[in-house]
Amino acid sequence: MSPFALAWEQFRFERKLFWRNPSAAFFNFILPLLLLLLVATAFAQESDALDVLIPGIAGMSVMATTFTALAHAVVFQREQGILKRVRGTPIPAASYLAGMIGSAVLNAVLQVGLVVAIGHFLYDVPWPADWPLLAAFTGLGVLCFGSLGIAFSHVIPNVDSAPAYQNAVFLPLIFISGVFYSADSLPPALEALAQALPLKHLIDGLGMAIVGNVGDAAGAAAVVGGWTAAGLFFAVRYFRWT
Amino acid sequence: MAETAIEVAGLEKSYGSVPAVRGISFSVRRGEVFGLLGPNGAGKTTTVEILEGYRDRSAGSVTVLGHDPQDRSRDLQERVGIVLQSCGFYPRVTVREAVEHFAKSYPAPRDPAETISLVGLDDKAGTRTMNLSGGQRRRLDLALALVGDPELIFLDEPTTGFDPAARRTAWNAVRSLRDLGKTVLLTTHYLDEAQELADRVAIVKDGRIVAEGPPGDLGPERARYRVSYLSGGRRVEHQTDDPTELLHRLTRDALARGERLEGLEVARPTLEEVYLDLTTEVGA
Repeated sequence: MSPFALAWEQFRFERKLFWRNPSAAFFNFILPLLLLLLVATAFAQESDALDVLIPGIAGMSVMATTFTALAHAVVFQREQGILKRVRGTPIPAASYLAGMIGSAVLNAVLQVGLVVAIGHFLYDVPWPADWPLLAAFTGLGVLCFGSLGIAFSHVIPNVDSAPAYQNAVFLPLIFISGVFYSADSLPPALEALAQALPLKHLIDGLGMAIVGNVGDAAGAAAVVGGWTAAGLFFAVRYFRWT
Repeated sequence: MAETAIEVAGLEKSYGSVPAVRGISFSVRRGEVFGLLGPNGAGKTTTVEILEGYRDRSAGSVTVLGHDPQDRSRDLQERVGIVLQSCGFYPRVTVREAVEHFAKSYPAPRDPAETISLVGLDDKAGTRTMNLSGGQRRRLDLALALVGDPELIFLDEPTTGFDPAARRTAWNAVRSLRDLGKTVLLTTHYLDEAQELADRVAIVKDGRIVAEGPPGDLGPERARYRVSYLSGGRRVEHQTDDPTELLHRLTRDALARGERLEGLEVARPTLEEVYLDLTTEVGA
């Protein structure tokens, strides 16, 4: 089989595995949607708040389905010796990783779609103002957080400590990046930190695409792109099969 | 097709400043079962992992089926099957799904169902790997190594932790590989396993090969036979390359004295004695 066909096989295999692990599927898939429903129902009935929340949850979903999921998957498969087994077969490394990343990307795209649909049907948020921009930021976001997730897996020592490591990054980041409320009212130090990190810029970009916020799309894309380059470098350079 | 499957010359590997393999050379012919025998920590696994392409060597040359495994060529990966010492599965797939999945990466795989039969897992084909016993997981390891129909199979301590019945089953599987004309490189620290399965054995100690040959020939150079008998309540032992001559002399002398050679024994050192002799530290 060609490397592309093998990547497709791996992708299909990963999809099967994903749905067979209900707790992982729940946390990666249902939890962000649950948060959206809870927060929207509790605090954000007016459209200003929804204009923050919908892109915020979309950005958080991208991070949860790629960064968190891939960091965990790589650590698990390395610790279990699955990566080592695969390394001993003719499956090209690129096909294997493409299948695995592709599965995470599909989750992210489905999530963003669900967030947008829930916003529209439940909370009367208009359909996205700029579909191509939504596709562009979703694509850049999954590439960025996917590669950062694999890069991050290299510093996680074992699967037992993986959730602690992931949450140590994920939770502070969603709180400073304007997922639930606008990040503009943060203390200057935290705002500077959020500005330096990619999630806020991804959410800004998604906000421009989904609810038509005015902003610097090229600037936001440049920051996310910079982190993507760093993520890809560290993901590939320090990848360990064992 | 070349007659040599594996050629290793002057192989060295150090981890930092710690040498694990210090100049190993051997060659494995096609269709041969070759055993690397030695105590834990002797350098066996490091050696096979270099041959499998998992580790880069520090010095020496290695050729496996005409390739340098360090190049990680796909052609080579398609022609070898690897059973590692410990290696995981996707926990939530069944035996059948795992074998079918890995079969897809090979150009001319065996039939997955037949491969599952070959290792005796038919009744577990629908079981998820997380629910297999240790021995069943080891058999699935073997099935995954065989499903690509490889020419060369690496078996790294394939029966460690097996009960005696499971070992016999695994040994039969290895013999059937030889009958299929496969080349097998086996590492083990069990003497009887090497003796049962290997056409030739290399005994490895401290990163070096200390003896090599067919299991039956691996005796010390001198004193291949030991002849002993009781004399005055004490056992007298002679060592010789020519037991015929020695026995003739001993029995002739005994008859001349009108005595019997009580408790007469003629023995060759077993591989175990050779192995312990070679791998035990002098003075230990």
